[in-house]
Amino acid sequence: MSVLLIAEHNNKELKSFTLNAVTAASQIDSDVHALVIGNNCGDAAKAASELPLVKKVITVEAAHYENFLAENFAPVVTKLADNYSHIVCSANTFGKNLMPRIAAKLDTSQVSDIIKVESQDTFVRPIYAGNAFATVKSTDAKKCITIRPTSFDPCESSGGSAPIETAEAGEEFSLTKFVKREEIKSDRPELGTARIVVSGGRGMQSGDNFKLITSIADKLNAAIGASRAAVDAGYISNDHQVGQTGKVVVPDLYIAVGISGAIQHLAGMKESKVIVAINKDGEAPIFSVADYGLEADLFEALPQFLEELNKLNTIQK
Amino acid sequence: MKILVAVKRVIDYNVQIRVKEDGTGVVTDNVKMSTNPPDDNAIEEAVKIKESGKATEVIAVTIGEEKAQETVRKALAVGADRGIHIKAEGVIEPLAVSKILQKVVDKEKPDLVFMGKQAIDDDCNQTGQMLSSLLDWPQATFASKIDVKDGKLEVVREIDEGLETIEINTPAIVTCDLRLNEPRYASLPNIMKAKKKPIEQMSASDLGVDIAPKIEQIKVEEPPKRKAGIKVSSVAELVQKLKNEAKVI
Repeated sequence: MSVLLIAEHNNKELKSFTLNAVTAASQIDSDVHALVIGNNCGDAAKAASELPLVKKVITVEAAHYENFLAENFAPVVTKLADNYSHIVCSANTFGKNLMPRIAAKLDTSQVSDIIKVESQDTFVRPIYAGNAFATVKSTDAKKCITIRPTSFDPCESSGGSAPIETAEAGEEFSLTKFVKREEIKSDRPELGTARIVVSGGRGMQSGDNFKLITSIADKLNAAIGASRAAVDAGYISNDHQVGQTGKVVVPDLYIAVGISGAIQHLAGMKESKVIVAINKDGEAPIFSVADYGLEADLFEALPQFLEELNKLNTIQK
Repeated sequence: MKILVAVKRVIDYNVQIRVKEDGTGVVTDNVKMSTNPPDDNAIEEAVKIKESGKATEVIAVTIGEEKAQETVRKALAVGADRGIHIKAEGVIEPLAVSKILQKVVDKEKPDLVFMGKQAIDDDCNQTGQMLSSLLDWPQATFASKIDVKDGKLEVVREIDEGLETIEINTPAIVTCDLRLNEPRYASLPNIMKAKKKPIEQMSASDLGVDIAPKIEQIKVEEPPKRKAGIKVSSVAELVQKLKNEAKVI
């Protein structure tokens, strides 16, 4: 049987995590079909057709798919489900919102947020904020799976030429209306895929003080992260939150500044390759996962850090 | 307007999770249990809406073993009017939970169903969406702000890109983010009063729902441990280590 991958996109381009989800899908079965639901999303469908691991692209277009509402998307997927053994999607807010709506309609017990494909029916997923890994086997005939994108490498993005088919649009679900989306535009790398992430916590003490983080992130071409405490306190917007209920990041370098390291935060960053902790409390749990810990007042350490970075001749991009 | 709030009993968020040596799960004996944190936000929001005069009744429902009732009792102590406890043993997957809740919705006919966006034990993030699918109701997941209007809700949702606002007609499901509100503490007099509030008990089989798991748990293991790092004595040393040892900048 085949795998139906629900592509995440913005009607123009594929979201980068779609590439990671395709890799995971291809580990389940080589016959991966990408489903692109949207409005005037031909460019996104074309991009999906160029992924060498994708064997076929199905596009479904209508005005009411413009804003990705799960109530409109789910019936499109369930209508196509007969032809597939697996339906997969990234476990980000798009997939988390959508997939259970599909699974319930198919009477399937969804497997959320997998980090490894053991076989066509067996997967590994973190539970308890990543403090345990469960190996689970789905006994449903049709499997609905969401994929933790940072646990899979992105697939090749060019060289393929899969056929693009069109499927019929469904009716609009009239009881839910999209009002607006407030996206924070930034020239920085995306938090989920950045090579370096600099994160601030409650220790930053104010939103204004995040400038210290920003200047270092600028220098390192890094994304900016935050603990839930910093977001709750209003220092920075929610899209920066790293942790169990925020984003999971796996950068080459994660610099945690003024973050104590609650298990809920560690759940979102402890797979990073190199972790640096800067905290004035030497007993802070963040030091237990840090490769390099600096016990210091961040208001002294961060300006010095910037100065030292400025002294370096080259910084890897 | 009637609001049904689903609450789950989970290992307290402050407990250091330990995996059982035989790989069958995590240690739950003699471990502190609490209400799933975002479920507290769901109760708080429902009670606030009632206090504003826009709702008439708040019902707390839980599913699980005898002790799961504690979460309902806690909800009653912070302002829910009455409780429902569906008794069930063992692992109950989100699909089964949503089927049970569907039966409760059929019986109670609430205008809104609130719950946390995710349980911090299985981290599934499924139940609200599944329930709204089974009912064909609108869903507003990951809510950080709710405005109740006439027969409608305007909900701000936390999404990866920032914030999204949607308008949903009632009846509807809302799953709550931790940023939705600041849950109150129960006062001692209210804890005493809550003991007199009714909790209706029934079993999953009374409702005719098959709760047999469809996902087989093969093993549970500890994640790989990070090896201990070092403390550096200065910023200059840190930058040198990152440049020359870790080679990441």
